[in-house]
Amino acid sequence: MIERRPVATFVSHLVLMLGVAVVAFPLLLALVASTQSAQEIAQSRPLSLMPGSNFLDTYRLALFGGENSVGSKFPPALPMMGISLVSALVIAIGKIVISLLSAFAIVYFRFPLRGVVFWMIFVTLMLPVEVRIGPTYEVVSDLGLLNSYAGLTVPLIASATATFLFRQFFLTVPDELVEAARVDGAGPMRFFFDVLLPLSRTSIAALFVIQFIYGWNQYLWPLLVTTNEDMYPIVLGIKRLIAGESYTEWNVVMATAILALLPPAIVVVLMQKWFVKGLVDTEK
Amino acid sequence: MSSLSFRNVVKRYGSGKQQLQVIHGVNAEVADGEFIVIVGPSGCGKSTLLRMVAGLEEITGGEIAIGNRVVNTLEPAERDIAMVFQNYALYPHMSVFDNMAYGLKIRKLPEAEIRARVDKAAAILELGHLLERKPRQLSGGQRQRVAMGRAIVREPQVFLFDEPLSNLDAKLRAQTRLEIQKLHRELGITSLFVTHDQVEAMTLAQRMMVMNAGVMEQFGTPEEVYHRPASTFVASFIGSPPMNLLHRAPGTRAGRILGVRPEHLTVIDQPEAGSWAVVVETVELLGAERLLHARLGDEALTVRTNEAAAAPSPGSTIHLRTREGRLHWFDADTGKRIDA
Amino acid sequence: MEKRVRFHSRWLPWLLIAPQMAIVLVFFFWPAGQALLQSVQRQDAFGASTEWVGLENFADLFADESYLASFKTTALFSVLVAGTGLSVSLLLAVMADRVIRGAAFYKTLLIWPYAVAPAVAGVLWIFMFASPMGIVAYALQHLGLQWNHLLNANHAMALIVIAAVWKQISYNFLFFLAGLQSIPKSLIEAAAIDGAGPARRFWTIVFPLLSPTTFFLLVINIVYAFFDTFAIVDATTHGGPGKDTAILVYKVYYDGFKALDLGASAAQSVVLMLIVIALTVVQFRFVEKKVQY
Repeated sequence: MIERRPVATFVSHLVLMLGVAVVAFPLLLALVASTQSAQEIAQSRPLSLMPGSNFLDTYRLALFGGENSVGSKFPPALPMMGISLVSALVIAIGKIVISLLSAFAIVYFRFPLRGVVFWMIFVTLMLPVEVRIGPTYEVVSDLGLLNSYAGLTVPLIASATATFLFRQFFLTVPDELVEAARVDGAGPMRFFFDVLLPLSRTSIAALFVIQFIYGWNQYLWPLLVTTNEDMYPIVLGIKRLIAGESYTEWNVVMATAILALLPPAIVVVLMQKWFVKGLVDTEK
Repeated sequence: MSSLSFRNVVKRYGSGKQQLQVIHGVNAEVADGEFIVIVGPSGCGKSTLLRMVAGLEEITGGEIAIGNRVVNTLEPAERDIAMVFQNYALYPHMSVFDNMAYGLKIRKLPEAEIRARVDKAAAILELGHLLERKPRQLSGGQRQRVAMGRAIVREPQVFLFDEPLSNLDAKLRAQTRLEIQKLHRELGITSLFVTHDQVEAMTLAQRMMVMNAGVMEQFGTPEEVYHRPASTFVASFIGSPPMNLLHRAPGTRAGRILGVRPEHLTVIDQPEAGSWAVVVETVELLGAERLLHARLGDEALTVRTNEAAAAPSPGSTIHLRTREGRLHWFDADTGKRIDA
Repeated sequence: MEKRVRFHSRWLPWLLIAPQMAIVLVFFFWPAGQALLQSVQRQDAFGASTEWVGLENFADLFADESYLASFKTTALFSVLVAGTGLSVSLLLAVMADRVIRGAAFYKTLLIWPYAVAPAVAGVLWIFMFASPMGIVAYALQHLGLQWNHLLNANHAMALIVIAAVWKQISYNFLFFLAGLQSIPKSLIEAAAIDGAGPARRFWTIVFPLLSPTTFFLLVINIVYAFFDTFAIVDATTHGGPGKDTAILVYKVYYDGFKALDLGASAAQSVVLMLIVIALTVVQFRFVEKKVQY
């Protein structure tokens, strides 16, 4: 930015604020709608932008379920959030753990078939779950893992991106550290825990943010693997609240939507630095 | 008509409580066609000064004029200048030819004219066979020449060089130095050359600005700067090894510092009137000469001698003759030169 | 892949890779193999017998009107999502790169949508377009456009495109911003001294140097449009009206789990697999050329 043109700077800010507004608008709307009552919404043409007074009622209904004043039943969102939380954590932590181990093995050991193993992991990059839903469902079903946490999480754990990220990082660790550790008498696992892991802290944090969001936001896979509504994660649970657009209790739906996006959004905002690093690193 | 004027130029960053002033009132007049070197240690403000001439930094106070135009409010493109960057700043996705032609295309010169100018510059810089290559296929020295070619074709009023030799290895640096001198002789364009290397300054400059912490301590020819340094900073910055600055040499009045260059001290066999007795601590042989590191009283002193003479042993006392004309006096508080 | 120093152990590496290999074999290769197998078989209506039909399933697929329509829909969808998404994000990134004050503030506010699940994004946007209370639908009606995504295929497509682009803005924005910031400032300064104004500098210097990032994002956005948008479609239009927004991945799901035509669904999965592989190969081979300064 070399020229001193105040008009151009003003326009830049304007465009950016417009962008922020467009991006934030659906969220604000959802917030406002979640503070109104179902009747208010159903009768408004269009939706009023003024916050209503139904905040507590709506959120109570959304979180704990129950019946509202016209007798519609709502499943509680709180247990669904619990399921999402457990799944997201298992997926994120699971991925990180097994990828660390695999990357460590690939980089620091020489063993027969190492090339084959590497290629096999690489190939999984090209097979997102959406491409293999039919047969993967069968496998999970055959293993008796439907409607379980294991079924929800394990098939999503072995991805190549995390392994590649750690491999990339390990390659930048100076060889001298390994030699020094060996001279000090450390075996491979000692080296792994005492030297490599602490060095990998930022990569782990970065990956954790990305994978947590990935796990929390899963939709297609939980849709297939759970038939029991008690095992619905919240992102999936929203869908069943929409029963046809004019009959839907939009205030509860919006409240649930807010609940569904809040935890990942908080993680992104609080851990923004690691989040950005994680995105950019997994690109390479 | 391309003289260059600095009138009380000041640079400040930030505002209010957080202000930082980095250039304190530089005043200088550069004549048309002069090759001026701005030299000083890291952080002294020399690059900032250059960038203010280029229009890449705002001029907070004072004026800079190119020819008789005050350029404070002019965009870089309007100042009729060309710049050679330290890291060459060649457009990686364009060929050498396109890199050099870029500025001319923007100014809508006819194709034939562009071709002529680029070919002429390429001939001067021996780049003719590289015109179709991309920058990543060139060596460091070649890239530097392309950067210079890009500046030459513009036929500007002023050339600006921002430490262009720093990224080259020693041999290439010496070679390119000579090429720049040759170029200046041929083209005669007013040039501002920034460097932290005093050898480059001494060899290239017709006049040089010695800068220290945002202050222009001296603006003069290499002879003036070497023989009559205006301050202790200039005295110790120019010349290698640096000038000896002594507080308590024989005959020094209180509140004064005596400066004498290592090469202006002669080792004599017998003490004589006015000679100094110093104790040798270390001796370094540099090939054609020897450096003696000694102590005069409690102060350190360096002497440069010919290697042919016998090397004194560490711990021995030797005698040094000084010449009146080679002694410099500076004020101990301000560091400024005192002309006795 | 080569490190000079190694640890020596016969059994440890195998132990270390065992967890990942186990999962990869059981949940990747086995199902992928099954999909390949099923795609060349056909089950009878009761699932009692299977016969080998070679490439017949594929032939049927490509002769199937609705499949080809789904292909076209997906192609259109991904072009719209990638095109709109990249343009808007590039504009925002360029603006964010210029402003000195508040850059961090804008950045935080523009990247949080990444956290929103596609399903939730779909729900948020359908609320804005739903009748009778949808704000955007109302505004459009005021401007004379009778919005109805339940009946109008173009409106339905527009709805899912908007929801998909909205969610992707953050990702694209971040990468574009990083790309812009990796261009050495001295190149821009040299261009300014050469006489180029901001617009010319952008198109002749910045944009060409941004091309690796642009290409990378193009591939990513296409993959995103093909696969990650399932949730948006399922939460909003359910592939409708009719089948007008049934993108390929939605069709795989529908045929496999609703219509229970396993052979066709498997064949479709294989086709999708080939597309992903092609895109991944393209990305690895062409994006790996980084521009050197």
